[in-house]
Amino acid sequence: MGTQYQGPLPVLQPESDFYWEKAKAHELWLRKCVDCNKAYFYPRDFCPKCGNYNVTWIRASGRGTLYTFAIVERAPIPSFRDSVPFIVAMVDLEEGPRFPTNIVGVNAKPENLSIGMEVEVTFRDLNDEVTLPLFKPVSNEFPDRH
Amino acid sequence: MKKNLSKTAAIVGVAESNELGTVPGKSALALHAEAASNALADAGVERDEVDGLLTAGYWNYDLADYLGIKPRYTDTTTVGGASFVIHVGHAVSAIAAGLCEVALITHGQSGRNTRAPMPRDPNVPSAMYEIPYGMIGMPINYSMAATRYMHLYGEDRTRQAMAEIAVATRKWAQMNPKASMRDPMSFDDYHNSRWISWPFHLLDCCLVTDAGAAVVVTSKERAQSLSKKPVWILGHSEYHDHAGISTMEDLTITPARVTGPEALSMAGVSHKDIGLSMIYDSFTYTVLASLESLGYCKPGEGPDFVANQRTAPGGNFPLNTSGGGLSYTHPGMYGIFLIVEAVRQLRGEAGERQVPDLNLSLVNGTGGALSATGTIILGVD
Repeated sequence: MGTQYQGPLPVLQPESDFYWEKAKAHELWLRKCVDCNKAYFYPRDFCPKCGNYNVTWIRASGRGTLYTFAIVERAPIPSFRDSVPFIVAMVDLEEGPRFPTNIVGVNAKPENLSIGMEVEVTFRDLNDEVTLPLFKPVSNEFPDRH
Repeated sequence: MKKNLSKTAAIVGVAESNELGTVPGKSALALHAEAASNALADAGVERDEVDGLLTAGYWNYDLADYLGIKPRYTDTTTVGGASFVIHVGHAVSAIAAGLCEVALITHGQSGRNTRAPMPRDPNVPSAMYEIPYGMIGMPINYSMAATRYMHLYGEDRTRQAMAEIAVATRKWAQMNPKASMRDPMSFDDYHNSRWISWPFHLLDCCLVTDAGAAVVVTSKERAQSLSKKPVWILGHSEYHDHAGISTMEDLTITPARVTGPEALSMAGVSHKDIGLSMIYDSFTYTVLASLESLGYCKPGEGPDFVANQRTAPGGNFPLNTSGGGLSYTHPGMYGIFLIVEAVRQLRGEAGERQVPDLNLSLVNGTGGALSATGTIILGVD
């Protein structure tokens, strides 16, 4: 990478260390409640639906559909000035949870995105400590992709 | 079971800071203090009578110390811009319970000229899982909600509705000498304004100003002893159901789906009785989603509801007559300014923009990423 990542980094918490360790290995993992049998995001050591601590980790398939998106044209902070325009989005994961992310692998124009389109996980190593799960379109039907 | 405290307390004083807009010479606390003095003067209440203090974004003893007030009742409920509307309900409860007699709600914020912005807690989950992706600041968060709305109800009619709201709100601001943005705005101006975060143009987004405001709430008995007409708090409700935008279940339905009906029910009135709606307009989209969530119309009907400049001066649905967060002022947390305008209108003090024959107003504050709402119903005899 050479230069140090200038953007905002997450402050990792003990309950999410496992999530970020797996992301570094380019795997997406989710917490799942054993009692409800439902996966949830973001990770914490109890199920936010039923309150039980009887929870486990599962590896997500990495597939989902686009729930919504926006195209950021004005950088919210200076470290994003070289990144605009970029796509912020939420993806409904196959396992159920909704996941905040960026869509990459496609030019950041509204006509290149459609809600409900299939997307799959990809990973970006921000530095030695943090890797962000991102998503990209599955199909080639959007010609503007680069 | 919530007790019905309708008309047990009244708003008796409202004011802004001496200046609004670009005020580099005043700190946020100085804006609080000016607004507090002005609101107490408006009420005709002495400083030393204040025994309840409510604000958002501070440890309350810092503010109380600065103002020189030693409150017996203190409340720093901080849920973004909705906070101050919620504080009104809390003041009613505190007064009804005998915890205080004169409650002062204040806000001051140097959105433009602060020397040290309020830090955001990096330990909260929304910071950990949203901010690294550039989901920073409300234009980006709310624009994702608007995209979802467009998907469900049609892009063109949603766009038209957002334009209607921006243009209508500017027309009200042109009649408010305190409004920051008073130049005429055409539909072309709206459509041609630059993108901030698609689908939001610049003119979908609220202002960023320096401003303070304060509200004085007191008991029915004390209110009736003062010279100005009491503005009764007839209903109040608060609710929040998520924090960051990514944990909001349905991006098109705000917590106002709970607070609107509950506040109206406490007041014993319905939507058609409301003569003035003051609805937090952090973005044009916030108004659209709020109108539907409050129950003025059904989901997806908002674009028809605001069509043909219905919310503008001369329309039959007066909305955000101060010029709103979009064109009047918006220092960061704006909710208290909704109350200031509603009270002025109900007292008949709104000058050129006065809504005629007004006796009931609904105020709906929204905070965070559409996370929290407070709704109050205000009325005059």
